[in-house]
Amino acid sequence: MTAKKLGLKQRYAHMTRGLDWETSYQPMDKVFPYDTFEGIKIKDWSAWEDPFRLTMDAYWKFQAEKERKLYAVIDAFAQNNGQTGVTDGRYANVLKLFLTGISPEEYQAHRGFAYAGRHLRGVGPRVAAQMQSLDELRHIQTQIHTISHYNKYFDGLAEFPHMHDRVWYLSVPKSFFDDARSAGPFEFMIAIGFAFEYVLTNLLFVPFMSGAAYNGDMSTVTFGFSAQSDESRHMTLGIEVIKFLLEQHPDNLPIVQKWVDKWFWRGHRVLGLVAMMMDYMLPKPVMSWKEAWEIYFTEAGGALFQDLARYGLRPPKYADIATAEAEHISHQNWAIFYQYTHAAAFHTWLPDAKHMDWLSEKYPNTFDKYYRPRFEMWGQMAKEGKRFYNMALPQLCQTCQIPMGYTEPGDPTTICFRKTQFRGETYHFCSDGCKDIFEAEPEKFAQAWLPVHQIFQGNCGGATIPDVLNYYRMNVGADNMDYVGSPDEKLWNEWQADKIRTAV
Amino acid sequence: MSVVALTPDYEKHIEFRDLESNFHGNRVVYLHWEQHLSFCSAIAFPLPPSMPFGAFVEAIVKPHYNAHPDFEKIDWAQVVWMIDDEKRTPEMEKSLDENGVKHKSLVRFWTPGLSGYKGSAS
Amino acid sequence: MSQLASLTLYHNDEARPIIEAIIADNPGVRVLNMPGAVKLDCEGSLVVKRASVEERLGRTWDPQEIHLVIISMAGHLDEDDDQFSVSWKH
Repeated sequence: MTAKKLGLKQRYAHMTRGLDWETSYQPMDKVFPYDTFEGIKIKDWSAWEDPFRLTMDAYWKFQAEKERKLYAVIDAFAQNNGQTGVTDGRYANVLKLFLTGISPEEYQAHRGFAYAGRHLRGVGPRVAAQMQSLDELRHIQTQIHTISHYNKYFDGLAEFPHMHDRVWYLSVPKSFFDDARSAGPFEFMIAIGFAFEYVLTNLLFVPFMSGAAYNGDMSTVTFGFSAQSDESRHMTLGIEVIKFLLEQHPDNLPIVQKWVDKWFWRGHRVLGLVAMMMDYMLPKPVMSWKEAWEIYFTEAGGALFQDLARYGLRPPKYADIATAEAEHISHQNWAIFYQYTHAAAFHTWLPDAKHMDWLSEKYPNTFDKYYRPRFEMWGQMAKEGKRFYNMALPQLCQTCQIPMGYTEPGDPTTICFRKTQFRGETYHFCSDGCKDIFEAEPEKFAQAWLPVHQIFQGNCGGATIPDVLNYYRMNVGADNMDYVGSPDEKLWNEWQADKIRTAV
Repeated sequence: MSVVALTPDYEKHIEFRDLESNFHGNRVVYLHWEQHLSFCSAIAFPLPPSMPFGAFVEAIVKPHYNAHPDFEKIDWAQVVWMIDDEKRTPEMEKSLDENGVKHKSLVRFWTPGLSGYKGSAS
Repeated sequence: MSQLASLTLYHNDEARPIIEAIIADNPGVRVLNMPGAVKLDCEGSLVVKRASVEERLGRTWDPQEIHLVIISMAGHLDEDDDQFSVSWKH
């Protein structure tokens, strides 16, 4: 007689519980020194539930299968010279921004979850954090492997880890994760597990990756969706964390609410880069940032916060401002990079007439009134041989580190300036959201490494722009400036000419 | 202390990165031309506090904004200046410091009658 | 206010029987097709039934195999040997 097979729920219980023990040589508080100082109170760690009920053996099995499928696609893409079949040579620039600005954050997430997995004393969350840590490592590896194929042909990719730690706009995602990783383990879990993974990453990995598919990049859409398949598990962990903390003790609510407010706003600012990638950098756009925001924040976030209201948690502060900004943020960000193209490791361009019409259609309230004139003026100037550059360094927000280019809520013609004082010093912010975050932890944010100020202090290779670009390891004339006239464009045009010759 | 930190003496270890003393005799000054958002944000400069305001206008303000088609139409006598939150008439021969431009001050200016390309604030 | 439970799956052969089973078993499901992916939304809850998938697939199917084709989700998850569901109900 064969033994009766265990059901999923029983199997999960057997494979995850009883793995830990009460330490006896050292007190538990010394073994887990970081899980109390944040003020979070846990009465019963065993109340943690992982609804996916994924055991380590099943985890390895599924992950191996995902990897096999992904690498088959990457191989096929390389063998068939898939890079020549994307919609346009401009497309490679989204991969440059992705590899320099997003992939290194996968690695930061890997480190962060390894830390949370070590320092939370309950076995359930530790197993889940450990799996997520491995997932994040898998993500950066698959991204490097996929994009390395593009690196054989396109500029701007070769120095991505070096650039990530130095280049002015990459300090935006870097400082976001540095902030999360230098917080306690519970704040990290709310910051990345809940606010970022559950509330915001869909905006990156679903519509943007769908855009990669639409632009003929089979390899990127495959790593994107493969990563996002882990993300569903991460989202479940994120929602589980928040439910668990709110159910454990009523004192946890104000702490959790503060973190939700902070990390929603920080995430919203970081994702402005993705907004620009979707609206401006995909040669064939698939969905506007505003549409994506409506589906994934207004609709999906609405359902989520409606559910969490039973714990007394309210939607993040300034969610209304963020939603209003969805009309502006991609345009304002692209304008920043267009005028600083000499200092960016990817190419820029002005949207052509057809693309501007698409933007008018998607942004009827704002594009024609505020942004089309800007691009038309710059187009006119370029035609006259006076391509527009900003030849000074921008003022940066002390919290998000983005150039202070965002406008007043309700007035898109005026920059939003906010400031505060701390110990006799003035600090500037792009928004009330960023100002509030600083004021809650001024001791932390007064230490921000702001790229512009670091350049002025002489810490970035020298005083001139060429010195700084050299410090960034930017290959001037190849990595930076407009797409038109770049080596990338020349190569792309040669591929197109070859195709025509072959067809004839 | 507002920040919740693991170490009780966290405050003793704060590294204030942008103190005026870190800028080798200069102070950081931010500058912004209102209603001309082609310049995406205020721009930043390390400047000696003793620099006369008039020299600041000639050597800093003008060369960094002259790419804009509205630039040539500016009547400099009509320009409205704001230093931090106060509208004022700077004394051109006096220094930045004497005109109230401190470390990390923001200097905004309006050019009456000019509101960007086709009036779009661009 | 509306509370959509949601699953986003790959739009490929492997996911097709699951997509079909969801459409059959969840009246009123909203289908949003994107390049490479399909998002299925349903008010309150959405269920994937093992038996319905197996009927279309012609072999046994473990609900955990959904890990191979899932892209995103919304709602509280519940999973056992016979089904996989996301729901905002308590």
